[in-house]
Parts: sequence; C-alpha cells; structure tokens
Amino acid sequence: MADTSNADQGEFPISITVEFTGGLELLFGNERKHKVVLPARLEDGSRPNISYLLKYLVNNLMKDQRIDMFIMEDNVRPGILVLINDADWELEGEETYELQQGDNIVFVSTLHGG
Amino acid sequence: MLTISMGSPDQVCASLRAQIIVAEAQLAGLKRDLANAEQAARSETATIAETQHEEDQNGEERRWPLLQEEYKRYGRQMIVSQVGLKGQLKLRSAKVLLVGAGGLGCPAAQYLAGAGVGTIGLIDGDTVEVSNLHRQVLHRTKNVGKYKVDSAIESLRELNPHPTYIAHRTHLTPEEAPTIFKDYDLILDCTDNPATRYLISDTAVLLGKPLVSASALRTEGQLMVLNNPPRPPGDKTGGPCYRCVFPKPPPADSVVSCADGGILGPVVGTMGVLQALEAIKVITAPEVDGGSNSTTASPRDPPYLHIFSAYSSPLFRTIRLRSRRVNCAVCSAEPTVTLDTIRSGSMDYVFFCGSANLPSLLGPEERISAREYNQRHPNVTSDSSQLHTIIDVRDETQFGICSLQNSINIPISNILSSSYPTALQKADDEQQAAQVPSWLPSEVASSESTNPIYVVCRLGNDSQIVVKKMKELGLDQHGKRFIGDIRGGLRSWKEQVDSSWPEY
Repeated sequence: MADTSNADQGEFPISITVEFTGGLELLFGNERKHKVVLPARLEDGSRPNISYLLKYLVNNLMKDQRIDMFIMEDNVRPGILVLINDADWELEGEETYELQQGDNIVFVSTLHGG
Repeated sequence: MLTISMGSPDQVCASLRAQIIVAEAQLAGLKRDLANAEQAARSETATIAETQHEEDQNGEERRWPLLQEEYKRYGRQMIVSQVGLKGQLKLRSAKVLLVGAGGLGCPAAQYLAGAGVGTIGLIDGDTVEVSNLHRQVLHRTKNVGKYKVDSAIESLRELNPHPTYIAHRTHLTPEEAPTIFKDYDLILDCTDNPATRYLISDTAVLLGKPLVSASALRTEGQLMVLNNPPRPPGDKTGGPCYRCVFPKPPPADSVVSCADGGILGPVVGTMGVLQALEAIKVITAPEVDGGSNSTTASPRDPPYLHIFSAYSSPLFRTIRLRSRRVNCAVCSAEPTVTLDTIRSGSMDYVFFCGSANLPSLLGPEERISAREYNQRHPNVTSDSSQLHTIIDVRDETQFGICSLQNSINIPISNILSSSYPTALQKADDEQQAAQVPSWLPSEVASSESTNPIYVVCRLGNDSQIVVKKMKELGLDQHGKRFIGDIRGGLRSWKEQVDSSWPEY
C-alpha cells in the first residue's frame, strides 16, 4: 500500500507498461501488454525496483501456476531477457533498477525454432 | 489451338487424343531445339570468359573483374551505394556457412546465392519432410526424403550457377565443428535448438568468425549479429557472443519447437531473409582501419536484438544489447571453453542444456493404450456401464483440427492457470465446493459419479500432468473413480485404432 502522506510530497503512484513476448504472454492470460500501477514508495520507504515488480507480477498478473517458467531463484529464469525502455536491463542495473513513471518493461523469452 | 469437333463423346475424345499427340510431338521438338541452343550459348560464354581471362593475363586491356553476365546479374544491387563493385567483389570472395537448411536457412541461402556470395556451405543432417514445405522454400515436393542440403543446393544452382556450393550432410557435432568452421568467413545460425546454438557461438568466437543468429516460433522471430567485430577472447572491443547474452541455457522444458508450438512460414522466412541482409552488411562493410591500434576501433554497430512479432504493432522492435561479459565463459580474458574442450567433448552441450524427456509421471495402472480404450468404449451407448468422460487437453486450435467423438476440450493451459484453494485450507463444510475447479464441467466433477475419466493429448505427455493434477484435487474419490490417460496420445490412436485419423 502506498503511504498516503507521500502524496503531500508530490509522490504519485508509478504507472508503467509491462509487456510479454516470445511465448511468455501465455503465462499471463495470453495478454501481451499490461498497465501496472505501483506505489511510489514501499512500506520500508524504498522505491519499487525490478525485484519488487517480479514479485508483484507473480502475485497479481500471472495466470499460469508454473511459476518456474518465469521466476527461478528469485530472479527471471534463464532464457528470459528483461528490457528497460528498449535496452537490456544489464545496461540499467538489472533487478536493482528503480522504476520510473512511464517506464516500459518488456520480458522476452528466447526462441529456438528455425 | 485445340479444336473440338462436334460429334459423339467418343469421337470428341479420340479427336482430343490425336491433337494431344501432335502437340506433344511439337513440344518435344521445341525442347530439343532449346537444349541445342543452350549448349551453343554455354560454349560461347565459356569462350568469351576464356578470352577475357587471356586478355587479363596479357594485361593488354583494362581488366573487368566480373563476367559480362555477372555485371547484368548483380547490377541492380551493385548500383546501390552501400555495395558497389567493391562490395560485389567482397561478396564473391566471401565464404559463408549456414548451419541448418530449414525455415531460416532456405531463405537466407536463397538471397545469399542470389547476391553472388562466392562460397556457400550448408550443414544439415535432416531429410526433407512434407511438413517442412510450407516454410522451407528451397525444397520441392518431389524432394521429400532427400537430404535437405542436397535439395537446397539443387534449387540454389538453378537460381545461380556461379557460387561454389558445399554440402555437409550431417548434424553439427562438437568434434567436427572447428574443422568445418575454419574454412568459412561468416557463420549463420539457422538451427532449432539451444545446444547447437551454444556450440555454434562458442566455435565462431574461438575461430574469430562473426555470427548472424536468428530464431522463430509461432508468430515471432528474433535476430542478433554476434561476435561482430570478431575480436579475440579478452578483447573488450569485440561484439558480445551468445553466452554473453544468455550465460545460462533455458530450462529444457521451457524450450518449444516449431513442431510443438507451430510456425508461420512468412515469419521464419522474414527472419531468414534478415539474416541474409545482415550477412551482406557484414561482408560488404567498409574496413574499420584500426591497424595495430585496435583499442580505438569501435564496433561497427552496437549490438542489437531485433524482435519481430507478426501480430503486434509495430512489427519490429530493436533492443540495445550489452557488450561482452567480463566473465564470459568463451569471449572473456579467462575463458573456460576452448577449442580443445569443444573437440574433446569435455564441454558437453547436451548436458549443459539438459533434456526435456519427461519422466513418466503415471504408473502403468493409470494409463491405457489407445486400443484398450477403444475396446472398453467402442462406441456411443446409452448403457450406463459404458458411460465415461474423455477429456482432450490440447489447445482449442488443435482440438478444432480433429477430435475424438464425444471428447470434451479442456486445454491444459486453462487447467494450469486456474487458481483454487486446496482442500486443506478450507473448513470441512466448504471442502466439497473448494474441490471443484471452475474448468471442470459439474457433471464430471460430481461426487455421485464413479464413471471413469480418460485424458488424452497429442503425444501423451500433457495428459499425464493433467491426470496427476486431477488426482491431487481428489477427483478420483480416493481410488473409487478411475482417472487415467491414453498412452501415446492421439498419435497412437492413429497407429492402433483409426488409420484415417489426420495427423498434423
């Protein structure tokens, strides 16, 4: 829950877009694009980062019960690229990246067919 | 021109037969004339080429590095400023290896051959199957059963006889990969499985070859140019490799093949065509004149991943990729994978990527064969002892192609995506309600009934998962109600019961 007092400091909830491709959308009700609103600050006062987003997605958006098709060892499973505003998340600090208003986060599962 | 005389049907037939004989004789004559004319044209071309060659040797005339026919053939691409004569000559001296002659390899090879790449190698141990033809555009129906590389080269030669085509009729193995790769300048990964993709990338990096890698499934494709520029391991200015982007392979059970997931021809075709384009760009790129001062030479292009999605808008998106990983197992300063570990087999790619062979989840008493199922429930009957439920857990699309009579369709994705409280979390009086998941028709879930439930799918893997799940939900009433699957799925139904079953 967002702390309402933060609103006084001009801290609005963070609206972001989350997209799934490469077959990952099948785990999320076959919807590719999702609007997600996160609190500006978490209970411990920190800002929501990618780590928080992953838990949020599993608890709120994921329809399939096979969680290990998305998350393994508290991180995205091998074979999934996380893109933050069209750049590999490794260029942005990976799971510690703090989400900004309007961010576009894409989860891409690698394909192997040919 | 055909003339149909009036008369009895018999007379019409006889007349038509006679006219066909005449027309066929004329056609045969024309074909002979054409063959003679072609023969004459070939020897004339050879003479001209020889003359040119002699002139070149004598140094008497200005040299024309290409044949007359080649100026015409490649003219439309040579006048594009990014190619020019220089680019065309680079293409002619380039040696490109395509690993895989399938949905990616066919269109890629077609455009590279058309563009005049001098040496094109194809490696694939598969033979052409009917189910390949909708997307693997070099293969013809008449070549079903033939090695894909031979079928592909046959088409390529018809398209362009100038290049040298090399057939490797084998699957790429770690023992042979370094020996095969070393004779080429550029590698195209047109394969369909993670183990081979890692092998190709590792070998390409260690031999200093740039790599154009693509993949496709269902309605989407992905493309990357890796190890470009191809600097030695430890040189940070080299392009990242497949392992830099994907240091760990995906879990084997998350890997879906085109046979299981499906693939649209133009989707994989698009990716193959783009591979050819990237290959042409790499080959014809102007030299980066770094000389000995390689530290200042920046990569020609920052590394990108291109994603194609046929049902999204925009169709393409491009993502900036990371550069070389400092602890990469192959392209870093301290590599653990070397040509020796590849050749010797100590780098075990199959083990590295794991295998998705599902262990049998069910005991033999929980499974019946298609034949046995057919014997137990031969046809629709009102006899209550014959009543049973057959659940087909394939997706709706596959169910729509063909289904067993009276089967009900509950896709496994619905079953696995439904959340429900487990019986333990509920008070006793609520237990009954909690146990009936929304996806199960109430008459099937009824605790009054002990009619058997059978689960079937395409091959007999998903059906086991579903049977297990249904038993976990207590639907078998502690063993009072049989729940089992049909071993081998609908494929064995075709083999054992109904040979007319359409196998797709």
